[in-house]
Amino acid sequence: MNMNVATAVDEARPLLSIENISKGFAGVRALDDVSFSIRKGEIHALLGENGAGKSTFIKVLTGVYSRDSGQILFDGEPFHANNSGHAQSLGVSTVYQEVNLIPTMTVTENLTLLNQPKRFGLISPRKAAQRAREMLARVGLDIDPSTQLDHLSIAVQQLIAIARALGTQAKLLILDEPTASLDATEVRRLFDLMSELKAQGISIIFVTHFLDQVYSISDRITVLRNGRYVGTYDTPALPQSELIHAMVGKSLDEFSSATARDNSKQRSPILEIRQYGKERYLEPVDLKLAQGEIVGLAGMLGSGRTELCNLIFGVDGIDSGDMTLDGSTESIRSPKHAMDVGMAYCPEDRKLDGIVAELSVRENMILALQAKRGWLKPIPMAEQKAMVEDMIERLSIKTPNMNKAIGELSGGNQQKVILARWLLTNPKLLLLDEPTRGIDVGAHHDIIKIMNELCEQGMSLLVASSELEELVVFAHRVAIMKDRRKVTELNGSDISQQSIVAAIAQ
Amino acid sequence: MINLKGLTFNPKIWGPVLSLVAIIVIMGIIDPGFVKIEFKDGRFYGSLIDVLVRATPTAIVALGMAVVIGTKGIDLSVGSVVAICGAVAAMLITATDLSFFSVMVLSLAAGGVIGLMNGIMVSYVGIQPIIATLILMVSGRGIAQLITGGRSVSFDSIPMDIIGSGMFLAIPVRIWIAAGLLLLTVLVMRKTAIGMFIESVGANARASRYVGIEARLLKVFAYIFSGVCAALAGVILIADVGIAEINRLGLWLELDAILAVVLAGGSLNGGRIYLGLTIIGALIIQTLTTIIFSSGVPVEYNLIVKASIILLVLLAQSSTTQNAFRELNLKRKGARS
Repeated sequence: MNMNVATAVDEARPLLSIENISKGFAGVRALDDVSFSIRKGEIHALLGENGAGKSTFIKVLTGVYSRDSGQILFDGEPFHANNSGHAQSLGVSTVYQEVNLIPTMTVTENLTLLNQPKRFGLISPRKAAQRAREMLARVGLDIDPSTQLDHLSIAVQQLIAIARALGTQAKLLILDEPTASLDATEVRRLFDLMSELKAQGISIIFVTHFLDQVYSISDRITVLRNGRYVGTYDTPALPQSELIHAMVGKSLDEFSSATARDNSKQRSPILEIRQYGKERYLEPVDLKLAQGEIVGLAGMLGSGRTELCNLIFGVDGIDSGDMTLDGSTESIRSPKHAMDVGMAYCPEDRKLDGIVAELSVRENMILALQAKRGWLKPIPMAEQKAMVEDMIERLSIKTPNMNKAIGELSGGNQQKVILARWLLTNPKLLLLDEPTRGIDVGAHHDIIKIMNELCEQGMSLLVASSELEELVVFAHRVAIMKDRRKVTELNGSDISQQSIVAAIAQ
Repeated sequence: MINLKGLTFNPKIWGPVLSLVAIIVIMGIIDPGFVKIEFKDGRFYGSLIDVLVRATPTAIVALGMAVVIGTKGIDLSVGSVVAICGAVAAMLITATDLSFFSVMVLSLAAGGVIGLMNGIMVSYVGIQPIIATLILMVSGRGIAQLITGGRSVSFDSIPMDIIGSGMFLAIPVRIWIAAGLLLLTVLVMRKTAIGMFIESVGANARASRYVGIEARLLKVFAYIFSGVCAALAGVILIADVGIAEINRLGLWLELDAILAVVLAGGSLNGGRIYLGLTIIGALIIQTLTTIIFSSGVPVEYNLIVKASIILLVLLAQSSTTQNAFRELNLKRKGARS
């Protein structure tokens, strides 16, 4: 693996070269002897499963964490950033996945916050606006800089964050999952910008989960796995199958085991909703779900997928329709009520609605079951530990121990803990909203596998997902959502990516 | 049930304890008399015992405060609740023939009712906790004045004397009360699921709703508990001196209580709370107060000195300072190499 680095160095003097850095946390090696180099004007993808060490890598590089060993050379000089601000002043800027701007301030204020243009010691709004416009021009944005930030789309906010990161002296830009919340057009716009910056000689480290995007924009790829360096590859010369292999260390066969769903089995109905809707939220929907069935909810962002899940689980109240669950009529008033009648729901926004970041893995996992039982009937500690250990094992959750705060785990492992939280309540019906969003290939694979197992054990699943290839693999039926209503349903062998896209496009 | 392994490795837990030990050790070196404890006539004497005795009201109020802060709330009204409930107890003793037990129940119930009102305002009406409890912080002392008719009420009651200065097994009764309350609180918080629910609601209210936790009732419970704690502190404070001096009773106690919670590593953003450490926090505050009073520093300097030392303790505990020290070390190493 060191040969790869050596050849890269021979071709051109790297802008940044990282040699054998290691970083441990309380005995766990998060980075183990990792090397990396990037040339001037290169777009270099940094890939790896969750827990591979990408975040730690960035934080060590930008000085958020101090490294235990190894050295970093930037422009031929030893590089020692104390924090991300210091790193930025040295020419290394990072744009994180969650945009780090202040929503209630204007674009100008956000852009000039750290460097206010002064006139007679006072801030000069005219100069500030002018500077903001110049910074916006660099990322190709033509918007009024006096707009308040939260009036703009996430995509534009992302570009503004890049504009701020570029500042005046950035030579290396680190983009951490910049496309996670962008649609296809916005991604293209971002890529145009990245190409342009590249032409200006700026180097970009591009961290992402989207393999297609890696191929459309990056020059080289470095793969990390379990905190170790796997290899650096020229993008055009690396087949996608080999890339996946490098990332997960599993053979590709395990992923292509997609079998056509057997829909011939007679199943007893578990859920039926009739004309379920809420004004200005979701138009009335009819939907049936049988025992041991996985029904997919397909549709674009904002099509009503999440809204339907929220109504079924009682997060929001309906104003029309009724529900039959397992033979009895229910009117769900709250999530608690939905849980009591045997439902479970992993919401889309894991960070906001899923995890309680500072509580431990154990506490997060037993939270739903405990809430179901009530505060007066605490689950004995021994029982808790047994249940949690069992789930960690069953879902192969990677955590040093069950007392670690869940916020410190990677996204994929957090998602598994949330899934485990609901499995412990032993639901009849499991609602999953984007269960595989923002998690790596390995955890993705695990979660699909778990879903199939649950379905074989007789659990019913309603799964909203924007990943069509995934829906095609696991769903018995797919309900197509569009503009906050259900347009049609696809069944069994009719389900294919093409048919779903055609149904949405109709 | 205490997880000793966790204790050994968590600097968050050792910070407050070490701060307290450091303050006592430094005092002990300067003035060995400060750490001397004598046993005579069936009771212990010494500055440290005095600290324990004087810290009980703050510690009790701080326990309630910790629970409220865990829900991402704050209770500014506790100082006034101390005054109101002290007034209620004093009036019930002097103006009625009620048994001591009834007086106790009614005084504590008064605190509970006030807490209930705070809880409803925060939880169901949706007023921000700092505003909702500020209302009572301001008006509460007036209410207490109305209850006593604007005068100080002195009383003579043997049970109250016992609470204020009685001994049981050579240890002051009020320390037993505080210890009992701590034990009870820890049991309720950790042996039922209510502690986890409170921390969960405080740390992420939205996620807690998705798992079916009824946050509003929990918050009401927290404010009621805080109110009852304040009432208990009020009773102890008037029992101590045999007089309810409304103007001074519990004055600024809410600030000491908040400080104790913060010294214990609690965050005003809600979430994790540390009940045992909150008591340590209250002891740190009282140790400083006692030191200053006994050292002969003019009383005018009391608050300034206390604030300065607390600032030092907080600085020593803050992660920012710890990072700064680490960076400084790194730089030194960098300069050498």
